[in-house]
Amino acid sequence: MPEEPKWPEEIYRILREWDVTQFAYVPDAGHKVLIARALADPDVHAVPLTTEEEGVALLAGAHLGGARGVVLMQSSGVGNCANMFSLVKSGQFPMLVLVSMRGDFGEGNPWQMPMGQAAQPILEACGFVCLRVERPEDVPATLQAACTMVYKTGQAVAVLLTQRLIGAKPF
Amino acid sequence: MGTLDRRVAVPQLIGNPDDFLIIAGLAGTARDVAHLCEPRANYFALAGAMGGATMMGLGLALAQPRRRVLVVTGDGELLMNVGSLATVAVMRPSNLAILCVDNGHYGETGYQKSHTALGVDLAAMAAGAGIPTVRTVWQEAELAAASALLRQAPGPVFVLLKVSAGDPPPFRRSLDAAWAKYRFRQALLG
Repeated sequence: MPEEPKWPEEIYRILREWDVTQFAYVPDAGHKVLIARALADPDVHAVPLTTEEEGVALLAGAHLGGARGVVLMQSSGVGNCANMFSLVKSGQFPMLVLVSMRGDFGEGNPWQMPMGQAAQPILEACGFVCLRVERPEDVPATLQAACTMVYKTGQAVAVLLTQRLIGAKPF
Repeated sequence: MGTLDRRVAVPQLIGNPDDFLIIAGLAGTARDVAHLCEPRANYFALAGAMGGATMMGLGLALAQPRRRVLVVTGDGELLMNVGSLATVAVMRPSNLAILCVDNGHYGETGYQKSHTALGVDLAAMAAGAGIPTVRTVWQEAELAAASALLRQAPGPVFVLLKVSAGDPPPFRRSLDAAWAKYRFRQALLG
């Protein structure tokens, strides 16, 4: 068994330090640890979604009520969100999205390629700042930067956890 | 099809809007709510991002557990993200009520029939999702009991209000979502 990477634990720790209390997710292997931590944490709401765009609206409502959240999704979910992102841009809502990438470096499943390649252009067209992470040692600083830009500066930021970081899948 | 007039039935169901934080859907329900609430700052109405109202209400309800949160949305807006009923049911927010004003039509785009005019029952879908308290209102005599559910029953609550395909109040509201957000937050959070 290869050793479990430490960076997912780092992400959870940093998000909790920033008082993130709403963790919305559509399950993905790349977010497995984060989802498990949120579900086990009595101080946060882990919100399973039927489609990723629900999470975008959820966090807008959370912000109206003074709470902070994050949406965890796979790159395929970015396409499901496009129109809901107009809420973010029109309302200038702070928004943090963590995207576990498929369909990029070394992808073995052709079905993952279209949205994997479209995810960042869609996010940028919808007003998101995209921060790509390729090395485990860059995860904490990138998360800190993202949280600062979202929760202090009020921006929409997507952190793309690339397949160089999480590993490409053969399926 | 419903016969109730939304301009009469929606204010009767909501009662004093000061008792709620309100998220309104697009078009008709945005005007229903703005007409009832202005100049209050306790509501946020969508004018795009169709399908987001119920989940905005859930996020607000989780963030403000001591306030009663009301989502007022239409059949078309809810149908666009009907899975959000499942998410609400799973999260079981005790302070969230949803009022769906069902006229069976897309009023803003020329009154084309929606699925609910063709046999789809959103109350049955809410119950099937697992929302514990669900009520359909067809007649004026049913309004008082349904209002009590929206205001007091342990959430989540879903009330389907069957109305005729008549126009909502002719209210011109701000389409500036950033302004509406700042106003709402300042009133709620200081």
